[in-house]
Amino acid sequence: MRPFRPSRRGLLQSAATLAGGALAAPLVARHALAADAIKVGSLLDLSGPIGSSGQAMHATIRLAVDELNAGGGLLGRQVELVNYDTQSTIQLYSQYAQQLALKDKVAVVHGGITSASREAIRPVFDRYATLYFYNVLYEGGVCDRDCFCTGTTPAQTVNKLVPYALETWGKKAYIIAADYNYGQITAKWMGKYVRDGGGTVQATEFFPLDVTEFAATISKIQQAGPSVVLSALVGSNHTAFYRQWAAAGMKDKIPIASTTFGLVNEIATIAPSESNGVVTSYGYYEELSTPASTAFTKAVRAKFGDGLPYISELACATYEGFKLWAEGVKKAGSLDRMKVTEALETGIAVDGPSGKVTIDHATHHVVRNAYLARAAERKWDVFQSYPDQAPADTAAVCDLIKEPKLSKQFVIDVKT
Amino acid sequence: MALTGLILFNIANSIAVLVLLSLGLGVIYGMMRVINLAHGEFLMLGAYTTVVSANAGLNLWVAMLVAAPLAVGLFGLAVERLFIRFLYGRIIDTMLATWGLSLAVVGLITTIFGTTVRGVSAPFGGFAIGGYQTSVYSWFVIAVAAAMAAGVWLVLRFTKFGLIVRATMQNPDMAAALGVSPQWIYMMTFALGSALAGLAGGVLAPVSGVSPVMGGAFIARAFITVLGGGPAIVTGTGLASGLFGSISEVATFFTTPVFGQVALLLAALVMIRILPQGITGSGLTGRLLRRSL
Amino acid sequence: MTGWASFAAMVAAGLVVLLGLPLVFDLFGLLQMTVFAAMAVLALSQGFIWGYGGIMSFGQTAFFGLGGYTYAVAVMNMGDSTVPVLLSVLLPTLFAALLGYFMFYGRISDAYIGVITLTVTVILFNVVNSTAGDFYTIGNAPLGGFNGMPSVPPLNVPGDPSSPLDPQQTWYAAMGALLLVYILLRAVLASRFGRVVVAIRENETRAQLLGYDTRLYKLIVFAIGGGIAGLAGCLYANWGSFISPTVFGLATSAQVLIYVLVGGLGTLLGPILGAVGIQYLISVIGAQEMVNANLVLGAVLVVFVLLVPQGLVPVVQGLFRRVPGVRRGQVAEAAPVEVEL
Repeated sequence: MRPFRPSRRGLLQSAATLAGGALAAPLVARHALAADAIKVGSLLDLSGPIGSSGQAMHATIRLAVDELNAGGGLLGRQVELVNYDTQSTIQLYSQYAQQLALKDKVAVVHGGITSASREAIRPVFDRYATLYFYNVLYEGGVCDRDCFCTGTTPAQTVNKLVPYALETWGKKAYIIAADYNYGQITAKWMGKYVRDGGGTVQATEFFPLDVTEFAATISKIQQAGPSVVLSALVGSNHTAFYRQWAAAGMKDKIPIASTTFGLVNEIATIAPSESNGVVTSYGYYEELSTPASTAFTKAVRAKFGDGLPYISELACATYEGFKLWAEGVKKAGSLDRMKVTEALETGIAVDGPSGKVTIDHATHHVVRNAYLARAAERKWDVFQSYPDQAPADTAAVCDLIKEPKLSKQFVIDVKT
Repeated sequence: MALTGLILFNIANSIAVLVLLSLGLGVIYGMMRVINLAHGEFLMLGAYTTVVSANAGLNLWVAMLVAAPLAVGLFGLAVERLFIRFLYGRIIDTMLATWGLSLAVVGLITTIFGTTVRGVSAPFGGFAIGGYQTSVYSWFVIAVAAAMAAGVWLVLRFTKFGLIVRATMQNPDMAAALGVSPQWIYMMTFALGSALAGLAGGVLAPVSGVSPVMGGAFIARAFITVLGGGPAIVTGTGLASGLFGSISEVATFFTTPVFGQVALLLAALVMIRILPQGITGSGLTGRLLRRSL
Repeated sequence: MTGWASFAAMVAAGLVVLLGLPLVFDLFGLLQMTVFAAMAVLALSQGFIWGYGGIMSFGQTAFFGLGGYTYAVAVMNMGDSTVPVLLSVLLPTLFAALLGYFMFYGRISDAYIGVITLTVTVILFNVVNSTAGDFYTIGNAPLGGFNGMPSVPPLNVPGDPSSPLDPQQTWYAAMGALLLVYILLRAVLASRFGRVVVAIRENETRAQLLGYDTRLYKLIVFAIGGGIAGLAGCLYANWGSFISPTVFGLATSAQVLIYVLVGGLGTLLGPILGAVGIQYLISVIGAQEMVNANLVLGAVLVVFVLLVPQGLVPVVQGLFRRVPGVRRGQVAEAAPVEVEL
């Protein structure tokens, strides 16, 4: 076969022109900003498998920056967001973290989605003295004075979800979780709270993130006959579990309580017949009807449209994390890392969409509200709230007041 | 007893899913020695076609069984005309091009539909085997997989098109000398393989998490199944699906999902060590099945 | 150019980069080039076994990751980084030799070697991924599962753990390693052993009939490739002070293949340039918000394979020689002297 050969030069030239234009544009835009703007870094996966979590977080931090600038900026200066798409790649997290710290010299970095990404960049910011905010709910245990974690941890949410499930549905639990740190540690906490509540764990199963077939598991669950299934499944592949569960006609037979369902738009993507009745516990729901929450969701939807995925705790905590940092800077009257850290450690609080959010000095985590909600017709019906929940899990192992030099993630020994 | 029935049913379902995932890839690889690394994205496009057209009001069955294979088949045709036809005989280049294509398609779908899309749910509901609930939809999945495999086999074995395709596969120059255009056959084969992938994606859409990156979860399994099957497209893919599907399902049921996955991979390793040309290409099975399709 | 002249020119160019870069780059630029150099070493390993040995490995990342993890675990236990570096080369070499014995002495065909190597790296990913929790601790080093191992100690002056290398010295180490591997591979290819390896790639049956045990030759090539990939893993873990199971992932292994193909199969310079070029492109794409990163990268690859199918280095060589560019299929058949760079 003699394949046809197109004119290489012509194609190459036009391709180069296109690429050059596309790549140069954002650089120009960036330089056009005021030279003395305060730079704030954002590192989120906006493409690749984890991109679905990053989109809404990216939207809310942009909203927070714009609101701040509209109100006169910070310390009399405008704030400029320096954003990199880490493309769901750990190497790019390290690379861009170095870039933000050394080249862009940002005042603070908000970002990281998976725990692995956080652990990759946390040491970089420690080494190059850059303040870092991790705004995602996670398994708990990070103890680092240069880092603030503003998402919920198991003591704040799992500790509400499991007792509710035991009281409502019965004492026998079957735990299914994603096979990595978050899932494994969350499953331990679930087990602890089940036993604390006088229940029994029939089995705990872990699923690699690329598992899409759940027929065998659904059979095993029926064989065990639990009164509730506790799920910490993660990602769009695992969404298949809820669909296959419903397709097998199990949905109305055994209820599901989850620590992850709905974080990435599941509530909108799968049918009400598959999701109705699932109970979750997070630090925020888009449906919260407080004035602060409605104003926030209205602003986000006005700016980014209805195409944006569900505004979950991830997006809300990112917004609140930025506001906490801004408050810290205002109080310190400076961008200096230590001054801002010390200001934040005085217990700075903001009234965010989720309610009052307060920095806890000892753990560098936050005290915040937790909520219980039930899925109903593509919405979350928030039926219970728990004000001012402390990060008790991390507090059990981490005290930065006594040991300010610590910089590690404890694997909390979950005792029964 | 009921439990045994349930496990057997699950095994059948698991085999059917593997056949669905890999047959399209097997047709393209078996006929043309083109490893289509964008195969997972072809499945994803099938799922998207189903979901988007069903949400737009099209009947679910039409969306799944007609729209999905049609749309992805046409897409495959375009891909073949635009890229693949320049690259025949260069197996590495086709892999690179299709890998690039897979990235670009993921990017394109994300740009158009966002990172998530409203799915469709499985029709039918559940039924009971003894005291155990399971899904009626699985019957449908099994039926489609069986029909797909039988259809490809019948076309290859009994139609004139099948005869020409087999001849071209064996000796393209001779076929060309006899007045067949290998270019045309390759084009049609690629479109057929793509359509099969589209159909599979459509059928699996109601029981999968539909997202732009869903193809990534399928490609490794499909790849291993096709190569494990060896040169005979239908028999090989069918046997390899049967073997790997049973092993992973049984291992998952009696141990853990992690071990189920590792067991599948280990089985593939051991099998390739014993039968280096795949099930239908070497060893006793190879001799028995040498003339199969 | 004769073989010797081109070799001398390449080494000189390498030395200029090694010594000159710290003078013109700031700290960030130097750090970025350090990781590019580490990945270039990995690309060299792939380029060597594939382009010269004709072995189609889809899983060089298995040895890359193994090297990284070996270094991390060993250095956390030993403190001094000298032995860990050696281990990070030795262990992947042995593992590659073992796997190579399984494959080559089992007479497994080319496409299936691809599947097996791919499967091995996927299995390693799954295994390391499920090592969260205190139970999976080797000495002082928790493996950490999906979260990976943070705060891996950096390289230090051999024998003196109290003086770790600063970023500039780390650059010298990474670029120096790249240059050494390049020189080593050029030496191997120029030797009698290297000629036989290329002969096997060209026609395995003929080489066998001439009395060479092709299985052994392939095994050695594969083991060398494994060791080099292990070294790359060590440099990578050292650059980011971090290692996580994604180093075993399919995305990484596919990317390495891309480096080699874009740079030019059957050359040594090609994989190096491919690694640097593609990584630079990826990091530039992530800094813009207009187009989806996957879309750009995918389009670039497709355009590339259609327009520059034989890779950059052979094309440039072709321009210099004023001969029409050869297609990749033919590059493999060309005499090795012509494409040695």
